[in-house]
Amino acid sequence: MRLERRAHVPLHLVILAPLAAVFAALLLAAGLIAAAEVNPLTAYGEMLRGALGSRLSITEMLTRATPLIFTGLAAAVAFRARLWNIGGEGQFFVGALVTAWIGHSLGVPGWIGVPLLMLAGMAAGAALLAGPAFLRLRFGVDEVVTTLLLNFIVILFVGLMIEGPLRDPLAFGWPSSVPVDGDFRLPDLVPRTRLHIGLLFAIAAAGAVWLVLARTVFGAETRAAGLNASAAAFAGISLPRTIMGVALLSGALAGLAGSVEVMGVTAGVTTTMSPGFGYAGIVVAMLAALHPAGVVAAAVFVATVFVGADAMSRATGVPSFIADVIVALCLLTMLVALLFTTYRVRR
Amino acid sequence: MTKVLELHNITKRFGALTANDDVTLTLDQGEILALLGENGAGKTTLMNILFGHYAADEGTVRVFGQDLPPGLPRAAIAAGVGMVHQHFTLAGNLTVLENVMLGSEPLTRLKSARGEAKRKLMAIADRFGLPVKPEAKISSLSVGERQRVEILKALYRDARVLILDEPTAVLARPEAMRLFETLRDMTKEGLSLIFISHKLHEVMAASDRVAVLRGGKMVAERRTRETTPGELAELMVGRKVERPVRHDHQIGAPVLVADKVRVEDGGETRLDDVSFTVHAGEILGIVGVSGNGQAALGALLSGLAHPASGTLTLADQDVGHLGPRGMIRAGAGRVPEDRHAEGVVGELSLWENAVLERLRTPEFSRRGFVRQGAAKAYTNDLIKRFDIRGAAPDTRIRLLSGGNMQKLILGRVLSNGPRFVLANQPTRGLDEGAIAAVHAELLAARAEGAAILLISEELEEAVALSDRIQAIVKGRLSEPISADEADPQRLGLMMAGVWTEDDHAA
Repeated sequence: MRLERRAHVPLHLVILAPLAAVFAALLLAAGLIAAAEVNPLTAYGEMLRGALGSRLSITEMLTRATPLIFTGLAAAVAFRARLWNIGGEGQFFVGALVTAWIGHSLGVPGWIGVPLLMLAGMAAGAALLAGPAFLRLRFGVDEVVTTLLLNFIVILFVGLMIEGPLRDPLAFGWPSSVPVDGDFRLPDLVPRTRLHIGLLFAIAAAGAVWLVLARTVFGAETRAAGLNASAAAFAGISLPRTIMGVALLSGALAGLAGSVEVMGVTAGVTTTMSPGFGYAGIVVAMLAALHPAGVVAAAVFVATVFVGADAMSRATGVPSFIADVIVALCLLTMLVALLFTTYRVRR
Repeated sequence: MTKVLELHNITKRFGALTANDDVTLTLDQGEILALLGENGAGKTTLMNILFGHYAADEGTVRVFGQDLPPGLPRAAIAAGVGMVHQHFTLAGNLTVLENVMLGSEPLTRLKSARGEAKRKLMAIADRFGLPVKPEAKISSLSVGERQRVEILKALYRDARVLILDEPTAVLARPEAMRLFETLRDMTKEGLSLIFISHKLHEVMAASDRVAVLRGGKMVAERRTRETTPGELAELMVGRKVERPVRHDHQIGAPVLVADKVRVEDGGETRLDDVSFTVHAGEILGIVGVSGNGQAALGALLSGLAHPASGTLTLADQDVGHLGPRGMIRAGAGRVPEDRHAEGVVGELSLWENAVLERLRTPEFSRRGFVRQGAAKAYTNDLIKRFDIRGAAPDTRIRLLSGGNMQKLILGRVLSNGPRFVLANQPTRGLDEGAIAAVHAELLAARAEGAAILLISEELEEAVALSDRIQAIVKGRLSEPISADEADPQRLGLMMAGVWTEDDHAA
């Protein structure tokens, strides 16, 4: 048995791959659910009902999908250029922290302040990834290591800030940063729910990222450099500039995720505000085959698993950690599925 | 004579394509068999079936009378079949010795027997006249040196039947001739050889028997001494092909001038005291054995390397410090040595590759957005003008044959009206028809007044196209000689580094 590269990858396979991957992951997780002595079908039914069963649960799921779209885009942009940004989680937190810090006492009207705070969050995320990108370009330091380790540093730093200088005195000892000013809270998309207009920003960002990647010179150069760096260099495409540009864009998107989450949902920053949005963004990007439109769909799926798992846990007693298992399995099955879209099996 | 190898009725299909159609082939003990055919004729597929990389849909492979199980390279190696691939299968981050040892050591052995292996390798290298530095990293070797390691790797594994896939594609003529002498000596010791080639002269010079493949079918088998190059060419192509001829014409003013240029890379001097002048309407040929500084010269003229001392001027402008885009703006067109590595991005479409060098020009972008319409129209023009077959602007370029890929690269260079053209190994690995097309384009550019620097390891090519020729040896250039004075002996001496005496004599 051997693998032969396909001359052409048909479109139906591109669409089928993530579906098959998700199916396989659910099948594997079903084994664990069965081990917890619960009928997997019942559990998945509860999960679906929990995420999509009511108006409230749908809005809750979409609220959860919003930051995942941003972090998924961040990972997709970076991975396309073979910049392995594993630091979405850290960039999310610096974006959130900077937004809360500036947004707490910024004396401008909301319609100026919100875009300004979003820019501040983007700048913070971009700055955080610029360091690892520089180290890779200058000294060849593996960015997988630097970006991954920065996540822990950033979360500890956030802990330091919210216990110290940015501590919210009104939080009754609950470790939280000061909240953003009420003027900078994002309006609700659906009244009396947590769903805010950040979802629209996220979808717009997906459109913008698609436009940049597919239609601009920067996008074309990124593609070339990612696929064949020496041919790109021969054609005069500066690899350092391309990588740095990608790093800034990717970091900015992950920072924006944190910024929007603070203004839309949490108001203040806590170390528990992200159930791993940055890491899940990697899965989202892979399930989307790094395509911006796919990122939106994949984010909705992952959010469904996250939100639904809580409901499933309440109804059946299966620990809600099963959500993390499913999402992680999806990454593995998707990698296998991608192998089969690129190659065919021959005897 | 005993048959060491028998392929019976081999058929292999890839989807709708039949790569091998009922091919039968045998090899005698101590024989050199040339497998001749154009690109895409099915030569490499056939050898991959023999070596177990592919399993045939129909037919059998027998080595020394034993049936080989299909699809198992390990079985082929154990039976004494060695293969030297055209595209190298070496690990760049390991040394020569490590690459040779790789896979031939049992995993259960705790201590790797480096000393022993090194002695064996050096003995083989010495015996077959294939000098190598066993501790050199593969990534630091030239293409020619890597080829040498590939051959040594097969010999190290005690191959008794050696298959060489286009072994001279990266070797210069004297090196190739020496290789064939070596191969001839090896047959006296009982080795049997198949080499794949589309070059008539080496088939005529080096083989005992020729098998000609065309379109996946075995069209003819000849004893080499009973055939002629003309007959083989017709059998191979299926029609007559002739390379275009250079006509004398008026040479213009100097366009590209290198004056005492030195290029360093990683602390080592790659080019030393290099001076040359290319005039408008002139082709200057640089010949030499691979690994003598051609790569550095190519990089220098592509804008990827810069002089550590000396000057490089293009149309009176100092261009030594310019990068690739600067060189293009200054009027340079560049055909890189390796199409796949530097010429194109295989996974991108034709149109993206066609405009890759000029993405940021107003012709192909506006306010940061790519003008796809303009780019595709331009690519369609290239496809028509340069006769690029089997492709539309949206086709992924890796699906093109080498010849058509090279036509696109030439097209994007020449359509830009360059004052200077670097043609680095422009026909390496191409078949006869494509070579004729590339030569015709280069001569047309010359007729239009472009100054062309041709780096080639093919002496026929250099002599046929060039007005003047210089040899490159260990990073230094000989004085130029006119093409009329270039006979094989003189060029051979120049490429061996013997030119000072000649200058005195001349």
